[in-house]
Amino acid sequence: MTDSEVLLNTPLDALHRELGGRMVPFAGYSMPVQYPAGIMAEHLHCRAQAALFDVSHMGQAELVGEGAAAALEKLTPADVQALKPGRQRYGLLLNAAGGIVDDFMVANLGDRLFLVVNASRKHIDLPLIESVLPSGVTLKPLPDRALIALQGPGVAALVPTQLTFMGIGEIEIAGIKVLASRSGYTGEDGLEISVPADKAEALARALLALPGVRPAGLGARDSLRLEAGLCLYGNDLDETTSPVEAALTWSMGKRRRMEWNFVGADVVRDHLDNGVKRLRVGIRPEGRQPARGHTVIQKEGAAIGEITSGGFGPSVGAPVAMGYVAREAAGDGTALDLIVRDKALPAKVAPMPFQPHRYAR
Amino acid sequence: MTELLFSKDHEWVRLEGDVATIGITDHAQNALGDVVFVDLPEMGRVVTAGEAIAVVESVKAASDVYAPVTGRIVEVNSALVDDPALINTEPTGGGWFFKIELDGALPEDLLDADAYTAFVDTLG
Repeated sequence: MTDSEVLLNTPLDALHRELGGRMVPFAGYSMPVQYPAGIMAEHLHCRAQAALFDVSHMGQAELVGEGAAAALEKLTPADVQALKPGRQRYGLLLNAAGGIVDDFMVANLGDRLFLVVNASRKHIDLPLIESVLPSGVTLKPLPDRALIALQGPGVAALVPTQLTFMGIGEIEIAGIKVLASRSGYTGEDGLEISVPADKAEALARALLALPGVRPAGLGARDSLRLEAGLCLYGNDLDETTSPVEAALTWSMGKRRRMEWNFVGADVVRDHLDNGVKRLRVGIRPEGRQPARGHTVIQKEGAAIGEITSGGFGPSVGAPVAMGYVAREAAGDGTALDLIVRDKALPAKVAPMPFQPHRYAR
Repeated sequence: MTELLFSKDHEWVRLEGDVATIGITDHAQNALGDVVFVDLPEMGRVVTAGEAIAVVESVKAASDVYAPVTGRIVEVNSALVDDPALINTEPTGGGWFFKIELDGALPEDLLDADAYTAFVDTLG
């Protein structure tokens, strides 16, 4: 993305500017990285009450027709066919080498599947999915829908629903019909709300008018998801990384691990049977100095990996990171050195999440 | 209190005798966001104007802080180690970074307050 290319705006662009959002380019969109409160305050407010995020840049689509779930399973080891109506789950799209093309959410809406994919990957994911569809199954991108995340412990009381964690359904908020799922990317309880683009600003304004709801930008979204141990595609996941290396084996269905009938299955199976050379782990640097993405990780003077996401965790009150290390260095408590500006910063492998999840299970 | 001078790297300089107290400007702290860590230079280190000698880390990113003058580090603000947020709350007061005993005169490219404000305006 260069400055000369035109950035896309979400349906909430005018609202972001009105709220004083600091707009930055992200995945081809002009998005608010923060509002005047700042990343720290927005992050802490989400953990304390409720934060509203515009995530309309993400790709939404529907998969319709007999055999849609089976068709999608060609590309993902997630168990899509077992997903009951009104339920959503996390999955990975794979390539022939068992590498991760994207991570995504898939929901069963009864008569169709609903997909949410990353903004930076939708131009790759949607043609890929389209390429494996049998006749009778169609992929319908939903570019005219916005996506608003309302996250935090206050959300359940502000927008009561019958949904439980990873439940999804059509509900009405402020007189607007929306598709809401009880999920998110912060580790907190909350909703992700799909809404027609022409109703998005009215919905966002109605939500922001609720007591304790404040806007939060991409900066807080990133620090929240990092504390929650959640991956960011392009940082922590890419096409050269398998689900086993990424410690996302849990996202693969049990049935799928018996059938092995998804693209890249032979590589994934080999990684499960014979182990991997590197693993994604949580890392806690000592002291207050953060270690950012691409920081080299050493153990006893030898390079054994790299940080993929790192920063300061406002709720943890200390720097937190995740990255890939050699398997023999992946045990909790393993002492590491992070090479920050040519100096060794002591750190330890640590369990994730750094901040306990508070989902409404 | 003497008048502040400013560098185009967004440091401020307050000269008292031959010792310059240095920090980052309000514009700089606002652009950085919440500061969570600062790496200060060693006492006694001889530094050259334009040299990166400190690092300030916000929640989001790391940035270098440059020596706006040539000389020797004679004091660093150890209060920042435990309370780096002082850089946000008092950028030109309690949030100062270090003091440099000047070797020679002040560089001529330092700006006064009006010129710095005009410079910041050109950055959009």
